[in-house]
Amino acid sequence: MTTTAATRQITYGEAEREALREEMRRDPNVIIMGEDIAGAAGRQAQGFTDAWGGPFGSTKGLIQEFGAERVRDTPISEAGFIGAAVGAAATGMRPVADLMFIDFMGCCLDQIMNNAAKMRYMFGGKSKMPLTIMTRIGAGVGSAAQHSETLYSMLTHLPGLKVVAPSDAYTAKGLLISAIRDDDPVIVCDHKRLLGRRGPVPEEPYTWPIGKARILKPGKDVTLVGISLMTTVCLDAAAALAKDGVDAEVVDLLSLSPMDDEAVLTSVRKTQRLVVVDEDTPRCSLATDIAALVADEAFDFLAAPVKRVNAPHTPVPFSRALEQAYMPTPQKVVDTVKGIMG
Amino acid sequence: MTAPDRATLRWLFRTMVTIRAFEEKHMQEVNAGKPIGGGHSSIGEEAVPTGVCAHLTERDFVASTHRGHGHCIAKGVDVKGMMAELYGRATGACRGKGGSMHIADVSKGMLGANGVVGSNLPLATGAGLTAKLRGQGQVSVSFFGDGASNQGTFHESLNLAAIWKLPVIYVCENNLYAESTPVEYSTAVRDIARRAVAYDIPGLIADGMDVLDVYEKAGQAVERARRGEGPTLLECKTYRYFGHFLADDPHRYRTKEEEESYRARDAIASFKKRALASEWLTQAEMEAEEQRAQALMDEAVRFAEDSPPPSLDDLVTDVYVSYPRIKV
Ligand SMILES: Cc1ncc(C[n+]2csc(CCOP(=O)(O)OP(=O)(O)O)c2C)c(N)n1
Ligand SMILES: [Mg+2]
Repeated sequence: MTTTAATRQITYGEAEREALREEMRRDPNVIIMGEDIAGAAGRQAQGFTDAWGGPFGSTKGLIQEFGAERVRDTPISEAGFIGAAVGAAATGMRPVADLMFIDFMGCCLDQIMNNAAKMRYMFGGKSKMPLTIMTRIGAGVGSAAQHSETLYSMLTHLPGLKVVAPSDAYTAKGLLISAIRDDDPVIVCDHKRLLGRRGPVPEEPYTWPIGKARILKPGKDVTLVGISLMTTVCLDAAAALAKDGVDAEVVDLLSLSPMDDEAVLTSVRKTQRLVVVDEDTPRCSLATDIAALVADEAFDFLAAPVKRVNAPHTPVPFSRALEQAYMPTPQKVVDTVKGIMG
Repeated sequence: MTAPDRATLRWLFRTMVTIRAFEEKHMQEVNAGKPIGGGHSSIGEEAVPTGVCAHLTERDFVASTHRGHGHCIAKGVDVKGMMAELYGRATGACRGKGGSMHIADVSKGMLGANGVVGSNLPLATGAGLTAKLRGQGQVSVSFFGDGASNQGTFHESLNLAAIWKLPVIYVCENNLYAESTPVEYSTAVRDIARRAVAYDIPGLIADGMDVLDVYEKAGQAVERARRGEGPTLLECKTYRYFGHFLADDPHRYRTKEEEESYRARDAIASFKKRALASEWLTQAEMEAEEQRAQALMDEAVRFAEDSPPPSLDDLVTDVYVSYPRIKV
């Protein structure tokens, strides 16, 4: 982690691109593959290249610097190319595979859960799996049921996988660099609604350690744990609560697996109240898991029941009115906190 | 080939112009900033769903893609319900819960547009299994793109349907691109129909800009399926005139000359010419169809705009578990 004061503001997506560029410069084994990560594949001679630069532009410009061997457009074959990334990672490369939306995880999950996640363990620790998967999560952009899932909870259920969810441009760059350098498979979950947000990012490479949360706002009355976009919802809720004299502490989880249990427990022991805000569906979710952790390890400190603010246990609806109702909001968090302040 | 009867010819024309009118209306509404979801335009590809669905009845099945408006219309889904769905209204085909990529009407055998590329092929295969087990001569159709033909689901489905002799027609809409990725890069064969060889089933190629050619080839495949002889892979060579989705600029990956070469063979315009020259349909008849389609779209938009949004209670209906009891 760097201590450089950063003043330059770039978007979350640009921060990720910078991370990729810096890591590709540093290590020739780093390659990227995915659908339309450059685009117009094979048409350089006709004057077309880098037509898309990724579905959200996160990989734009990389093919010019690193070429089509290392910035590899793929057919629509998630099981095939993500499986190939697993195989390449097992044999000395350090691939980054782009899964356009986490909803498509079903197409390639076998490769991830049976090969990537298990090989190191099954082989008695004698293999490495330096694989990174970048994918997009989250609702709130009108993309309907099959392009709006959050789903990271499902991945955290699988031993052998690491899962991270940055919440701003700074952590996006630091976590992606950590993911690429990590010798285990890491899935980086990027919320669609964060990709265009600006924030200060140092120009030089730096890492944010996997497994480490951060306190974004200290407080003494209640702990709000946020994940990805929900961290910003927690900050908004904390600002609203402050007006009513409630001093909320906001924990930005960042790493979902491994999780920074201590950061959560330390905060809860101090505030004695916990609300977890998680856009994933509630059953077997991160929020539910954190509630269980606190019940196990900090029960005696609690002054009120642990509360979870999740999406409802439904697919994501299309209609705007329904989708708005689906999302956890600052107001829902505020109401939940007020219900336990007593 | 001898031309189909007049009623069929008229249906082919009506269906193509209805699809185009719907897509144009959708695009207009989006561009006008109406509160309506975006989507994937099928303008240019109308001949494919039209020529195929001309052989189907409501009892046959269709599984569609993200570019599914044309499939829905050709399979008889109510246009007003489709428009209301794009508007996310309670009167929509999916009561506002699905949107453009999930329009469905199972009562019409339309098993839904689908947002996951390649996901509908096993679905159509399963519908083919239903058809076979029921033994009433139904058939099932999967529409999918050139890009989708590189998914494992394509290969697994064709093999299953081949070994079980399922009445399924796999219709590949080869429009040369998957998003910005050209088919010559993504796909090892030049003709996707050739992949049929690997599953020992017929692989047919149709000119997807010619509705009568699609009609004829699809007819062969549907008849074979109804006779219980098994599946067919039908590749239709076609072209989408616009970007992958409404906001995509296709000139980042293809030339205007290429676009012009397909527009010059526009399926609707060339059908019109032939229909007049061959005296299949009169100018007046075809104009009446075009006007009818326009009027239908205006009516559909009015219907959608006048419809209420879904009730917030609908958020937690149609799903097995609603836990915990979240207030919305
Ligand atoms: C499994 C999966 N991967 C990627 C995508 C993103 N995506 C949506 S449409 C599309 C291209 C599809 O190409 P093709 O099958 O040729 O159909 P076309 O769009 O040309 O009609 C892609 C990659 C997706 N929806 N699902
Ligand atoms: Mg295509």
